[in-house]
Amino acid sequence: MKLARDTWLIFQYEVVLLVSSPVNVAITLIQPITYLLIFTPFLKSVVHAPSYGAAYAIYVPSLFAAMGVFSGMFAGFTLLAAIHQGVITRCRVTPISRVSLLLGRVGMYVLLVAFQGVVVTVIAVAFGLRVNPGDFLYALVLLSLMVVLSVSLGYDLALLVPRENALGNLINSLAQPLSLLAGCLIPLSLAPLWVQRVADWNPFAWGTNGMRTILQGRIGAAVIWEAPLIMALVALVTVVWSSRLFSREIA
Amino acid sequence: MTSGSRPGLQPSLSAAAPGPLPASGNPILEVRGLRKSYKTRHRRKVTSVEAVRGVDFVVQRAEIFGFLGPNGAGKSTTLRMLATLLRPDGGEAMIAGVDLLRDPAQVRRRIGFVAQESGTYGESTGRRDLVNQARMYGVPKTAAKGLAEAAIAAFQLEDFVDRQIKTYSGGQSRRLDVALGVIHSPQIIFLDEPTAGLDPPSRARMWQEVRKLRDQGMTIFLTTHYLDEADALCDRISIIDAGLIVAEGTPSDLKREISGDVVVVDLAAPDTAGAPEPAIILEAAKILTEQPYVESCETIEHTLRLYVDSAATAIPQIMRALSAKGIDPGAIETRRPSLDDVFLAKTGRTIGD
Repeated sequence: MKLARDTWLIFQYEVVLLVSSPVNVAITLIQPITYLLIFTPFLKSVVHAPSYGAAYAIYVPSLFAAMGVFSGMFAGFTLLAAIHQGVITRCRVTPISRVSLLLGRVGMYVLLVAFQGVVVTVIAVAFGLRVNPGDFLYALVLLSLMVVLSVSLGYDLALLVPRENALGNLINSLAQPLSLLAGCLIPLSLAPLWVQRVADWNPFAWGTNGMRTILQGRIGAAVIWEAPLIMALVALVTVVWSSRLFSREIA
Repeated sequence: MTSGSRPGLQPSLSAAAPGPLPASGNPILEVRGLRKSYKTRHRRKVTSVEAVRGVDFVVQRAEIFGFLGPNGAGKSTTLRMLATLLRPDGGEAMIAGVDLLRDPAQVRRRIGFVAQESGTYGESTGRRDLVNQARMYGVPKTAAKGLAEAAIAAFQLEDFVDRQIKTYSGGQSRRLDVALGVIHSPQIIFLDEPTAGLDPPSRARMWQEVRKLRDQGMTIFLTTHYLDEADALCDRISIIDAGLIVAEGTPSDLKREISGDVVVVDLAAPDTAGAPEPAIILEAAKILTEQPYVESCETIEHTLRLYVDSAATAIPQIMRALSAKGIDPGAIETRRPSLDDVFLAKTGRTIGD
């Protein structure tokens, strides 16, 4: 109860801070929209998609995966900045639950990326994507789980390697393979078999796969329920891990 | 160091937050044997640095207690342990009737803490942070707004509280920090170097705010490395050096411990800009230390600081002793002992070292 209340408080505070600079929020949209408008035509001819609608059904899940992986993993930098500015210290001398300081921030990222997802999808629909609201909601849930996972992972890395330079290199060298192996540019179905087998161990790949399957209307596939289950389990583990690191490292 | 409670200091005013009400001279903070060491790892070799090596002190209700020491003496580490941010390796502390090691969560409800770094986002506003701070203590939204309003009035933040914090001056931002730290009316507030980096007017203003809080019955525990601040602001001080407490008392008691006068002999010749030869300084120090009327002698750059019973009779003798060896001092002055002298006598260094 207290955890929920405290998490909600931190979430609200971070969200108000975020939307108080709408320009910054708008800037986060530039990259996904650019990719959506410029990369999809490339993809359409590479995979010989019959229509733009079909190409968007393939690429939008990829874009969601890229947004989910990258926005989250760089969240570690913002946490380090908050620690260095003493914001975390100021909160930690109050009775507020320690875990809520992380969870509230994770929630803010989920909201931000979900918003980006909605904007991207609205634009894709304008260019020919066809998706029914229930399927889209399912994709948003998977996207949110991806963000929970990647933000927690970003926090883990930031707490383990609290020096900005080293952290930047580490994140880049992790986020690239993680996102490529989640099919964030080219669908994994076009990859050689061994790459697909490696990707089976990447939880983000399951997320992308689940989203793409639903957007292509293959409702009966096993991945539809496997994907959220695997994502949720792995996300839970990373959240617990980052909470423990947070309580320990920030003594 | 003894840490017996000192009775009869300041009869306490009513405490700021409800709690066990004190009789006069009732301690709010009792620290015994508090220790902390850090492990540092360098090329697989783990070395342990003892930051705080067992400190004892007692702080009375409604006093301004200064924790004085050079950088790296263990001030901040002690403060962070008391504020529940660091777990002590050993020792014990009772804060407002709560055992720090057993129940840090209860301690958090009764204390406030203002760190050296601001602890706010530049993009936020003072008002938003004040409301949020109160809500972190479990205060409902409407009441939190009321508390923020009261803090804005008390610390006179009206002119800038709705602007982004990054536009504040150093003094404004510091006042907001303290307002945030006391929004829940703690019984004791810990301030880490509250005036570091402030210009003189802002510093004077901060002293005023701190005294006001004390007069309302709050206990203030602050660290500082400004001797004049400790002297002017604090009711009692404790001097920490290399992780140990080397002196404790009221500023005037501590100064009285240094009996007699201080004579400062400047060996730089008045007509030349250059400093005197190191050999001359050494020789002068040696001669004067040997004089029977000199209790002790400390060298600080090209000046000698002599502790004597009476400056009036010592100065002619100092002159004679120096000129007998052909040393011609540029200036001699005398003054009453200051906290600076206390610090030097207790640690063998000036605080700036």
